[in-house]
Amino acid sequence: MRRTSLLLMQGAVAVVIIAFWQIASTTDLIGDPNNISFFFSTPLAVAAQIWMWFATGTIWHHLGITLWESVLAFVIGSVAAVGIGFWFARKPRLAAVFDPYVKAANALPRVVLAPIFTLWFGLGIWSKVALGVTLVFFIVFFNVYQGVKEVNTTILANARMLGMNDRQLLRHVYWPSALSWMFSSLHVSVGFAVVGAVVGEYLGAAGGLGYLIQQAEGVFDVAGVFAGMVVLAAFVLLIDWIVTLAERRLLVWRPEFSKSGR
Amino acid sequence: MTKTVAAASGAGFREAPAGSEPAVELDGVTIEFALAGGSVFQAVARADLNVGKQEFVAIIGPTGCGKSTLLNAAAGLITPASGSVRVLGGPLDGLNRHAGYLFQQDALLPWKTALDNVAIGLEVAGVPSREAKERARAWLARVGLAAFGDRYPHMLSGGQKKRVALAQVLIRDPRIILMDEPFGPLDAQTRLIMGDLLLKLWSADRKAVMFVTHDLEEALGLADRVVVMSAGPSARIIGDFPIPLSRPRDISEIRLDGSFQELHRDIWHMLKKEVLKAYGEIAQETAS
Repeated sequence: MRRTSLLLMQGAVAVVIIAFWQIASTTDLIGDPNNISFFFSTPLAVAAQIWMWFATGTIWHHLGITLWESVLAFVIGSVAAVGIGFWFARKPRLAAVFDPYVKAANALPRVVLAPIFTLWFGLGIWSKVALGVTLVFFIVFFNVYQGVKEVNTTILANARMLGMNDRQLLRHVYWPSALSWMFSSLHVSVGFAVVGAVVGEYLGAAGGLGYLIQQAEGVFDVAGVFAGMVVLAAFVLLIDWIVTLAERRLLVWRPEFSKSGR
Repeated sequence: MTKTVAAASGAGFREAPAGSEPAVELDGVTIEFALAGGSVFQAVARADLNVGKQEFVAIIGPTGCGKSTLLNAAAGLITPASGSVRVLGGPLDGLNRHAGYLFQQDALLPWKTALDNVAIGLEVAGVPSREAKERARAWLARVGLAAFGDRYPHMLSGGQKKRVALAQVLIRDPRIILMDEPFGPLDAQTRLIMGDLLLKLWSADRKAVMFVTHDLEEALGLADRVVVMSAGPSARIIGDFPIPLSRPRDISEIRLDGSFQELHRDIWHMLKKEVLKAYGEIAQETAS
């Protein structure tokens, strides 16, 4: 499909949904508009709320907080996961000892940790960063671990025959292999960093998109809740787009990311 | 050079003079693998093989006969259960540092460009990056890929990848070149072209070559000597044929040569039995 026609069709989906929403919440065609607009608000009210946030500039403060929390969670979680994943993959006995603990920790629903993190790190950004880190860490960790363990044996044998010592193998074979696995999970891990930040804010904060949505919910401001969700969705799409750009640059050696043939 | 020295020392020497020992000496090499359940699989049994310093030896045998295993022993990737491997007169301990290895499968680093893949062998040996790249560029030109230096392996065809791999091995100037069915995955025409390229590069400064293949015509076209292995398990070396065809050779034309066909007949006579044995083995396995 052509890029422009694809964009047009993607836009058409939004137009249809918004049109349906507008008709349902302002006319008698589907049901009582007062009832519907109470539960779902109206597109115009949501748009007005978003417009006000941006016009007065209050939204930037909250967006900035959420962005900063997500970035910190992603960076800290990834660095820790790459380090530990690498270490475990190179030391199978260590990995075997910690295996049940890693699995148990990964199975734990992170939401239950949020109150503890608030207790430990306070209501500021760090309790949200901690929550994001616990989400990002495991995704990156398992990918890096797998990446190091499953280095192609022929490539490894070839690298050794080319005269690489252990340190050079690490740098030229294990490291790129692990990184490529980490990058292949970039969309998921970045997404989880945002989820961690927003959920953390939702459960207790003084700023951020999650806080904004939670505040609106507290006063049954349905338009505010929907406006918060729309801004959050746009925020996530923007970050996802940046990740795609980064991916194309970093994984240019992979068949699926090269420009040729597209 | 070494030949004249050996000849001049004449009568009275018991051992070959220093410098004229073979590049690779396999002496009674037996290779075993431990199987799940504690039993032992003997892949190669008491193989003796010498490869001269400027000699191109092809090792041929039915599939699964342990040819590659023998090659891996010469490379130091596998340690024999018994017997000895000597390289350039000294016992082999660990990886064979004098050898370059061309693998059957893709072994290029997929995250490096063709140029970086060729240069890496020099870089890890301490050659400054700029000089390594320059020499790699020259080698890429030598294998006919001057314009492909910035391509990643996945952007290259099978034959092009093999050319890069060949340059990657040869740029380090190894004294022994080990090849494990390197052109196996390529189509027939590309194999002929790669064979000619290999001979051209090899004849510039003859190195010791161990070339594993299951293609008799390829072996005859390339090698000075063809060694035949029996069907596995416990594969042995059962034949050793000198190939006195003149060089330089054109692989596609040499096949029409009368003595080529004669050699082909002789060796195939021996090989055929082993191939059938290998198939019998497989048939029995599937039947039981």
